[in-house]
Amino acid sequence: MAVTEIDYGLNEMQLEIREMVRNFAQERVLPVRAELDEKEEFPTEILRELGRMDLMGLYIPEAYGGSMTDSMLDFIVAIEELSKVCCGVSVSYAANALGADPILLGGSEEQKKKFLPPLASGEKWGAFALTEPNAGSDAGGIQTTAVKRGDHYVLNGTKQWITNGGEADIYTVLAVTDRKRGARGISCFIVEKGTPGFSFGKKENKLGIRASATRELIFEDCAVPAENLLGREGMGFLLAMKTFDVSRPGIAAQGVGLAQGALDAAVIYAKQRIQFGRPVIANQGLQWMLADMATKVETARALLYGVCRTLDAGAKDMSKFSAMCKLYATDVAMQVTTDAVQVFGGYGFMREYPVEKMMRDAKILQIYEGTNQIQREVIGLSLVKEYASRM
Amino acid sequence: MHIIVCLKQVPDTNDVRIDPETNTLIREGVASIMNPFDENALEAALAIKDAQGATVTAISMGPPQAGDMLREAIARGADNVYLVSDRAFAGSDTLATSYALAKAIRTLPAADLVLFGKQAIDGDTAQVGPGVAELLGLPIITYVRKVTVQDQQLEVERAFEDGFERMSVPLPAVLTVLKETNVPRMASLRGRMKAKKVEVPVLKAADIEAESHHVGLTGSPTQVIRIFTPPKKQGGVTLDGSHGQEAAQQAVALLRERKVI
Repeated sequence: MAVTEIDYGLNEMQLEIREMVRNFAQERVLPVRAELDEKEEFPTEILRELGRMDLMGLYIPEAYGGSMTDSMLDFIVAIEELSKVCCGVSVSYAANALGADPILLGGSEEQKKKFLPPLASGEKWGAFALTEPNAGSDAGGIQTTAVKRGDHYVLNGTKQWITNGGEADIYTVLAVTDRKRGARGISCFIVEKGTPGFSFGKKENKLGIRASATRELIFEDCAVPAENLLGREGMGFLLAMKTFDVSRPGIAAQGVGLAQGALDAAVIYAKQRIQFGRPVIANQGLQWMLADMATKVETARALLYGVCRTLDAGAKDMSKFSAMCKLYATDVAMQVTTDAVQVFGGYGFMREYPVEKMMRDAKILQIYEGTNQIQREVIGLSLVKEYASRM
Repeated sequence: MHIIVCLKQVPDTNDVRIDPETNTLIREGVASIMNPFDENALEAALAIKDAQGATVTAISMGPPQAGDMLREAIARGADNVYLVSDRAFAGSDTLATSYALAKAIRTLPAADLVLFGKQAIDGDTAQVGPGVAELLGLPIITYVRKVTVQDQQLEVERAFEDGFERMSVPLPAVLTVLKETNVPRMASLRGRMKAKKVEVPVLKAADIEAESHHVGLTGSPTQVIRIFTPPKKQGGVTLDGSHGQEAAQQAVALLRERKVI
């Protein structure tokens, strides 16, 4: 029997997670994905059930109520499997980690003990709030302010396009505490839903990942307890960058999963679709397309898993490689889903078939969590620094 | 509260075929699953456990490989499992199976509630639940679509094709449940990791004091003579219904011609 998958040395727990999430995605997500997409319906029940299955805390150590062993691959394989079936669901799932990562990376012991266990159990959901109308790729251009008054910080400003906005309970929010210091004047706060002065604005109508909630956060004289400041004042930007180092592999996992899902659909369709008296897969032109798609998916996965293993080993500055796997896997997802639509021909363009949704979902992967141009910027800058010492 | 759920491992009938030569099921390469209706029975027990606390014991009569299904029950949240398994049970029909299960249930701590799926998807008899209830001398309600526990009493809805009955029954009692009762949960990660390590205890004929003439082939008055795929229905006649009255007249004429009416 030919080998059908590369042995990436996943451990027993990771194989168990992969099988669980694969079955879950087939049984619970597949039957509803088209409807969630069509109606822009948040997958509330799906996330609740993932919580009951201990799958919301895969990136949180056991000490804080999670079930992460010692590898970020625990979480990565789960995102990958969900993304094979629906990226709208997988981003809603993964964005919890994005919200929690600043706490994991920069939180005090008290903050971790207070906020991580309910996120790990799925009792509460998380979100990360950086983007503003005038601060996208230029994250340093944040205008939301936080002014210290006694034992509180008072937040004012608007965040936009916040994944899980309105649905999440715990938000990690970036705000300027010292305008003069630029990026070094940005701080990160934990803000809980229900805090007076914290409300939600418009929900976006999107091209893809339509099941996910993308919403405005509005802060109007919102008083946040001073003990909710993560780290020290001015550490927010650095914390956000560190967060991206560990969160970008999650987006890469979405890319790998999505591309794999599209490849699977394309091969099965190409074997069934008869034109000119034979299955279309019998044509070399189509076979070569599928071969390129399959090769891209596997190389993206190999890079992603390699980056995860290096992060597991405790590597500190992984910006270059995190950016690489995000950039590559999401470009692959865009190419492969577009090709999958081509393989399906006219049927691929129709909502009755799943690949048009996959193509719509792929686009955002190249944009969020740092556009792929920003990823190239990160990689390029790393090269400049790296080679400076060699010359 | 102690709830015993009886589970059966069945071949996944979505891909079962019958060997035309031997008239037996081709089991090779066919996955074994928990009988889908039994999943609803297990879920009903676990839901009661979640809501008000209960000890859930899952038992199954079957060959050693049914132990995998019992581990799945542990993974979903059952507290204890027992596999009722002995060579002496081989060839048991529904009567002998009911006897063995009733004997096993009597050896376990007294149950307040015994749950079954409405039937197994392989044999489709729906006899074992009622059989066990009879042998245990307990009241039974079949085809239950909703169950709630109140004090020492159950409130249940028993479904029919065109309606339902609302009934109450004192505990202990036996129920067989339908698919619409609930949506079975999927096992949690911690449950699955725990279940991997579980050694499933086996109850042999001697452990449950089953008398040999009541089990296996000797205890089974039913004998399967032949299993076969019924011949496919032939094409038939299709009447164009766009002119209702005309089509009805044609239908009546055809039925008269064939002396059906």
